Amino acid sequence: MNETIVVKAEGLYKVFGRRPTDAIRKLRAGASRKDLGKSTTAAVIDASFEVRKGEIFVVMGLSGSGKSTLIRMLNGLLPATGGSVSIAGTPLTGISDKDLRKLRQEKVSMVFQHFALMPHRTVLNNAAYALEVQGVDKAEREERALKVLKLVGLDGWDQKYPSQLSGGMKQRVGLARALAAETDILLMDEAFSALDPLIRREMQEQLVTLQKELGKTIIFITHDLNEAMFLGDRIAMMHDGRIVQVGTPDEILTHPADHYVEQFVQDVDRTRVLTAGVVMDSTPDDVRSASVPGATSVREDAPLSEIFGLAADSDRPLAVVDGDDNVVGSLGQETLLSALSNSTSTGPLTVVEDEQEPDAQITDGEAAR
Amino acid sequence: MNEFRIPLGDWVDAGVDWVLENLEALFEFISMIFDASYSGIEWVLLTPPFYVIMLVLIAIGWAVRNWKFALGTAVGLVLIYGVDQWETSMESLALVLFAGLIAVLLSVPLGIWAAKSSRVSAVLKPVLDFLQTMPAFVYLLPAVALFGVGVVPGIVATILFAMAPGVRFTELGIRGVDKEVVEAGHAFGSSPWRILRQIQVPLAMPTIMAGINQVIMLSLSMVVIAGMVGAGGLGGEVVSALQRIDMGLGFEAGISVVILAIYLDRLSASLGKSRAKTATA
Repeated sequence: MNETIVVKAEGLYKVFGRRPTDAIRKLRAGASRKDLGKSTTAAVIDASFEVRKGEIFVVMGLSGSGKSTLIRMLNGLLPATGGSVSIAGTPLTGISDKDLRKLRQEKVSMVFQHFALMPHRTVLNNAAYALEVQGVDKAEREERALKVLKLVGLDGWDQKYPSQLSGGMKQRVGLARALAAETDILLMDEAFSALDPLIRREMQEQLVTLQKELGKTIIFITHDLNEAMFLGDRIAMMHDGRIVQVGTPDEILTHPADHYVEQFVQDVDRTRVLTAGVVMDSTPDDVRSASVPGATSVREDAPLSEIFGLAADSDRPLAVVDGDDNVVGSLGQETLLSALSNSTSTGPLTVVEDEQEPDAQITDGEAAR
Repeated sequence: MNEFRIPLGDWVDAGVDWVLENLEALFEFISMIFDASYSGIEWVLLTPPFYVIMLVLIAIGWAVRNWKFALGTAVGLVLIYGVDQWETSMESLALVLFAGLIAVLLSVPLGIWAAKSSRVSAVLKPVLDFLQTMPAFVYLLPAVALFGVGVVPGIVATILFAMAPGVRFTELGIRGVDKEVVEAGHAFGSSPWRILRQIQVPLAMPTIMAGINQVIMLSLSMVVIAGMVGAGGLGGEVVSALQRIDMGLGFEAGISVVILAIYLDRLSASLGKSRAKTATA
């Protein structure tokens, strides 16, 4: 893949408190957060990752894992203690205040957990704020803000004040304000965490739609793994200040890098994340046996939750096909059931990877939910 | 008598003497400006016939609050006129307005500075404690030494005494502004000045106005004390009532102070509230 890298972090550290450089030296030598003593807090330790143009990159971690600190280093709200960040090719290290403000105006905008709207301004003036800062004249910025408000579904609310809006609507204003800035990169700090579950789902779906439409690069922070799996093209898992794994939702689910991630992914609704293509049996024998005429076929990118019905109705393994309708594997009921097992070390998922006899999986049937 | 004696008083004396010798020109200049400004406001309040000013004050009351407050104002002002304290009341009002204005102009920026820098805040805190709790009479002595007898030492002492809540409330207000909103300002590339002007000050305004209300009330309470150094006005009346043990005059001047105080308090308080309303609406 040769997509352009728009955000690049290399060996990022953020240490709060006394003697930060000493702390970094200790951390580099292998010390953990706990070894630093009470007056020094290592929020982010040795974080390196790259975000490609047009992807949704999710940083996932529990509270205290350093994810909010990490995202604030990406637009310089917090200066890094060590390491480097570059945004659209511009390194943030040693940047002047003026250049930093220009970068924030033109390259990277942000959506906040608690919306961070200005209560004394109308929805329209909130949405137009970024443009106002950029120096766009009043008529044009209001026109552009109205357009974005319409895009996020707030048509007709422009003269209201934030206190007259529900939580979901407030965050739409927050999103509109960031989109109106017309930056390529969007940072979203737990943007949907303060919303109730139904609204959250709706906003997630809208974000995915908007992202497809506008092609923004989105860095999304969350503590909700289901949200991470739903939104993320790739996910960075954070634990105790370190990024412990970066990968696609499938990779995180099927190959957790350590015990922590493994524990974490147990609660995920696997049927929504895993796809036919990931769990299918794909030895040449399987492909051949599935390639009989009349076999029910499913697309390889179909989530398992959509396949159960078909599998139950069919007494033969399902044929898994790619975008061009070529059969690439087979998916029997046993394989399907065992894919739901949480155990990854001895479970069927490794079996699939090892391309062993599908029959060996039947014994794991009781682990299926 | 007492072996252990810290000559703090001597040091203060010496300090004031030094200032007098070396900075006399500066104090004369300040004195001139203050005197002229105060006289200007006094002139505005006393030149037109009393009923014109009375109507203006009533109209302001009506505009800022409601007709009930305007009615109350009318009754109060007629009472002041009726006990023959109109002229002295206007002198005091001029002093409060001018001293209050200067105190606000000094304290609000200081409060903002303190909110931005914890070091400034740490330095200001004991200074403000000192200014606020030092018995008000004590200010009069150096003020008289530096500015001579008259209205100017009264103004200076009033400003010093009344400033503290302005600084404190402003700092509290600015620090209390939602951190995320300020962060949002930064995240969209605003300059610190723009964030102060468009986010911090507007959102802190209800608290700042509460501070300004306190500044005005403290200024008024100081007016009477300023009468002791010849600042005139209602304070002068109270002082001469004290000297002559004239209970009637004392009460008449006193009730005039009360009426002015209630008027200014309700007025400035509701200015703060109407601001707060638009801020949260």
